[in-house]
Amino acid sequence: MLVKQISIFLENKSGRLAEVTRALGENDIDISALSIADTTDFGILRLIVNKPEKAERILKESDFTVSITNVIAIGVQDKPGGLSKALIILDRESIGIEYMYAFVSKTEEDALVILKVDDPEKAVKALKDNGISVLPSSQVYKL
Amino acid sequence: MSYWNQTCECMPREEMTKLQSERLVNTVRKIYHNVPFYREKMQKKGLEPGDIKGVEDLSKLPFTYKQDLRDTYPYGLFAAPLSEIIRLHASSGTTGKKIVVGYTRNDIEKWSEVMARTLTSAGATKESIIQVAYGYGLFTGGLGAHYGAEKVGASVIPISGGNTKLQLQIMKDFGTTLLACTPSYALYMAEELEEAGIKKSELKLKAGVFGAEPWSAKMRDEIEQRLGILAIDIYGLSEIIGPGVAAECPCKCGLHVQEDHFIPEIINPDTEEVLPHGSKGEIVFSSVTKEGMPLLRYRTRDISSLEYGKCDCGRTLVRMNKVSGRTDDMLIIRGVNVFPSQIESVLLELGETAPHYLLIVDRVDNLDILEVLVEMNQAMFSDEVRQIENLEKKIKREIENTLGISAKVRLVEPKSIQRSEGKAKRVIDNRKI
Repeated sequence: MLVKQISIFLENKSGRLAEVTRALGENDIDISALSIADTTDFGILRLIVNKPEKAERILKESDFTVSITNVIAIGVQDKPGGLSKALIILDRESIGIEYMYAFVSKTEEDALVILKVDDPEKAVKALKDNGISVLPSSQVYKL
Repeated sequence: MSYWNQTCECMPREEMTKLQSERLVNTVRKIYHNVPFYREKMQKKGLEPGDIKGVEDLSKLPFTYKQDLRDTYPYGLFAAPLSEIIRLHASSGTTGKKIVVGYTRNDIEKWSEVMARTLTSAGATKESIIQVAYGYGLFTGGLGAHYGAEKVGASVIPISGGNTKLQLQIMKDFGTTLLACTPSYALYMAEELEEAGIKKSELKLKAGVFGAEPWSAKMRDEIEQRLGILAIDIYGLSEIIGPGVAAECPCKCGLHVQEDHFIPEIINPDTEEVLPHGSKGEIVFSSVTKEGMPLLRYRTRDISSLEYGKCDCGRTLVRMNKVSGRTDDMLIIRGVNVFPSQIESVLLELGETAPHYLLIVDRVDNLDILEVLVEMNQAMFSDEVRQIENLEKKIKREIENTLGISAKVRLVEPKSIQRSEGKAKRVIDNRKI
């Protein structure tokens, strides 16, 4: 159920983001979701791609610092209160959210959200038990 | 022109050589018997104390390196028992460990004497009010200047470094006549005075004794003009005694070495051969009156040259020219000695291999700024900002603990620091001194 996200360390200087996307594009790697957490001096680029292991290898070969983290992809109703329904469940189970971001694309009826939580297995179970759609990695990589 | 000790400061060369010879012979005999390290070094060279008959034999003696002080840490080079040692100071070593120096009561007395000579030469008298803005503590600057100023009989303000607002208020209200601090701090104070709208005419400041870091003639002009004072360069190093090893007179044509206590030589740093008078090379000192930790031919790594001959001030003490550089990679940042290898030892504790790093030193508003770039690696990386920021803070804290000065730490991408063939370039010094 868990989705592999790749994280990349970037200095805040021009051209670095372009360099990452260029390397991935040239190697036929498709990005389906991304987020950047930034500070004054550096940023962490987080990506969901169709081939995470290959992306990691390619970026490391280009001298980037890269790591793979397990995250969850969920589908929530694309209407007011849709996201809160999922978050309330996690809160009830005392599962902390480290960070989250929305997908670039969406399925027909749901908005897609990526969550990094402190206990992914427990979170997946709690969400599913409460009727929230958790997307399998195979489906996510194809988006 | 006033002297503190005219006999020694204006001694004819022949007499000086005789005095130095007697003192050298005594020192060599003493350390041969009391310091196993020197005994072994001399025996390796086939030397006995009797072989040293005067300064002409100085070049036969072994050198002492900073590494020797580290290898014998903390007390291995002491020539007096700890019961005789009344003070311990310490300065930066090349790695985490400090260099320790010990003083007997007589050593403190001699140190006060050479500092009294320096301050008197800068115009200090019993009437003076001396503000000591060098750091007090393990660093020798503060207490060295303090004891010399007390010896002169001046009123001493032991304010130590920092707290500039208070420095300025005291300077104005107490009527400070002589300031002792690093030259960059003096300039910073000048700036802050202007900022606070205090005119030089409101101050009683006449002179400043500035040292512990390199500074240029241009910087001297600026200090003299902005503060309206005579600015004197002072040189010293803890290993030899602290501040007061040498200092300028008002003629400002080189620093008079207190050579009845510290015998200087100029050597070629690579071949270690002694160079003729006037040549530029590394300055080496032998302390010949110290009891606690006398050193033979200590390699300072400072580049200078020596000028013999009487000075216009009347002193015959040999003059060393302003230090023009180093033969190692030591940096002086805000008066504190910093070795790049100290940063390396901090970074080594983060993992099995130290990441690549680069020190960038700059001077902004007359204050030295140290920035340390550290290359991110797999082991240090996390997908969470908080973790990386914690790592940055940890590195910053450890560097501050080790160096004793603050630094800005910036994590950079792998391989973004330029690699050079052979010896890694660890430092970019952008200061225009």
